Amino acid sequence: MIHLTNIHKTYQGAQPLHALKGIDLQIGKGEFVAIMGASGSGKSTLLNILGILDDYDEGEYRLDGTLIRDLSETKAADYRNRMIGFIFQSFNLISFKDAMENVALPLFYQGVSRKKRNQMAMEYLEKVGLTEWAHHLPNELSGGQKQRVAIARALITQPRIILADEPTGALDSKTSLEVMQLLKKLHDQGLTIIVVTHESGVAYQAEKIVHIKDGQIESIEVNDGSKESPFGANGVMK
Amino acid sequence: MLELLHEIKGTLRRNMMRTIATGFAVVSGLFLLIVLQGAGNGVIHSFQYNMGNFAFDAVHVFGGRTTKPWEGIKEGRFIRLDDRDLEMSRRHFPNQITSAIPTVNQDGVIASYGAHYINSASMVGVYPEYAASQAVEILEGRFINIMDMTEKRKVCVMGSNSCKDLFKEGGSAIGRNVKLGGILYTVVGKYKTDEMFSGSNFYVPYTTLCTIYNKGRFIDELTMNTQNIPTDSAMEQFMKEYTRATSYIHSFDPTDERALWIWNQAGDNIQMNRAMSILNKAFWILGLLTLLSGVVSVSNIMLISVKERTREFGIRRAIGARPWNIISMVVLESVVITAIFGYIGMLLGIFFCEWMNATVGNQVMDLGVFQAKYFVDPTVDLHICFQATIVIIIAGALAGFFPARKSVKVKTIDALRA
Repeated sequence: MIHLTNIHKTYQGAQPLHALKGIDLQIGKGEFVAIMGASGSGKSTLLNILGILDDYDEGEYRLDGTLIRDLSETKAADYRNRMIGFIFQSFNLISFKDAMENVALPLFYQGVSRKKRNQMAMEYLEKVGLTEWAHHLPNELSGGQKQRVAIARALITQPRIILADEPTGALDSKTSLEVMQLLKKLHDQGLTIIVVTHESGVAYQAEKIVHIKDGQIESIEVNDGSKESPFGANGVMK
Repeated sequence: MLELLHEIKGTLRRNMMRTIATGFAVVSGLFLLIVLQGAGNGVIHSFQYNMGNFAFDAVHVFGGRTTKPWEGIKEGRFIRLDDRDLEMSRRHFPNQITSAIPTVNQDGVIASYGAHYINSASMVGVYPEYAASQAVEILEGRFINIMDMTEKRKVCVMGSNSCKDLFKEGGSAIGRNVKLGGILYTVVGKYKTDEMFSGSNFYVPYTTLCTIYNKGRFIDELTMNTQNIPTDSAMEQFMKEYTRATSYIHSFDPTDERALWIWNQAGDNIQMNRAMSILNKAFWILGLLTLLSGVVSVSNIMLISVKERTREFGIRRAIGARPWNIISMVVLESVVITAIFGYIGMLLGIFFCEWMNATVGNQVMDLGVFQAKYFVDPTVDLHICFQATIVIIIAGALAGFFPARKSVKVKTIDALRA
């Protein structure tokens, strides 16, 4: 699904910062991968490149066979819309739209009619268990509810991959658990999910953990379940 | 498009404060523009109303008295115009003089009807063309016509204020017999005398007056309509040339400015037109400045609003909005706001003008000698209202376009962090 070959990224500035120093990574269809690393390790940069929110300087990135390189903003927007579902740490819901409208918004940019997209939004809100909150504004929802709205929004376009950037970063441990269980359920349904986190409790929900350090992949660990216990056993994650 | 409008409707409704703030700038800009225009028009119209039916292109020529000796003839000689001057006027200035009509006057006659009379009325012998040339407005009956001329009928056309003086009991003036200088004339028409230049002229056929008062080939006044004299200096030049041409007929010094009396209504008109156009321009400048202030406020608010919404746009772009989607949304939002509120401002302005028209517009200033309205029809051409509205809509569109374009040039990831 994702093929990264020798990806380099340097942030230009007074002091150029070489954020990614040659990343090679393959992620297959249906995999649940966590990217872990300390802050400043380059994991967010990597996720932004994966999400076509940012470009890279060197190497090759193929998403489902499509070469992602030097895209126009319009093309990038189309790819994001159809291939990628985003889940952000800060939810990034539009504050003056209610839950249903937020979920339906990606379909607006696909040109789906209002009736159809609202109906679909209700379906996806039902999947995340927020049917009765459909007409609440984001500031009337709890953090966990907001993140579930964001997940529903990420799912509604039936993307190839789900990219989650610290999805539990702004949540307490109990709601973090709920959100992670939701992501796991989605994985069980066959979705490809990539989560960036610095919390090991979150990372060990994934099948594969990519450790990043100083812009390079330090190691790729296959999760055998041995370290899952702190999270799975009693819901304590942090 | 309909979907986009719906999206915009949602945004505008949920961000009511911002919408109203933008809207208020538009409303006040257009309202003030229209009210100022209306007030300006009120003043200009009142000029025109008070001037009445003044013939604005007319030049009147009378004979004068020479002040310089010429070819052995002493100064102090009276010049009387005659048919040669008429002929010259009609032939020598085909580009400037469109018509030249002679009139003969008999001043200081007594006009009476029954027990009522007017001292020192003036009888003016005219051609039928005089009415059109001098913009005489007939209220009742008709003006002197060609049959009156050929048959030398004893008929007259009298002014509305003379009618008031002579026919105190009211009723139609037509068909009554008025005594002018001891001879009875039948009234065939009544003309409108304006408030400022209330004349008590009695118009009679040229031929009738010539015959009765034995005028011969002499002319008391030449009334000419002019064209192609756009400025004061051109008018001065024309008058000099006219005097020179006349001097050859009557043998006086061509530089003698007092041998002919030229009353130059057209010159007055040039000045009044200039005054009005200055007034008009002043009101336009004021109006455009208020419109500009409206445009500036709209731009300001759009600028800030787009900046404020950078993150929202980042979110939209992250989930698949193309740059063009964002730009068109912002522009359309701006257009919708300015169109709706512009329309409201326009309506308010028009209503206010109508209100002014209904109240101040009908007040009459009484100066004793004459009455004048000082505010007439203070309304604005609808075209101007619509044009102003369209200007502010276009300005609104641009005010949305540029910040939005700038905003989508920011990388999506940076917009999300904003």
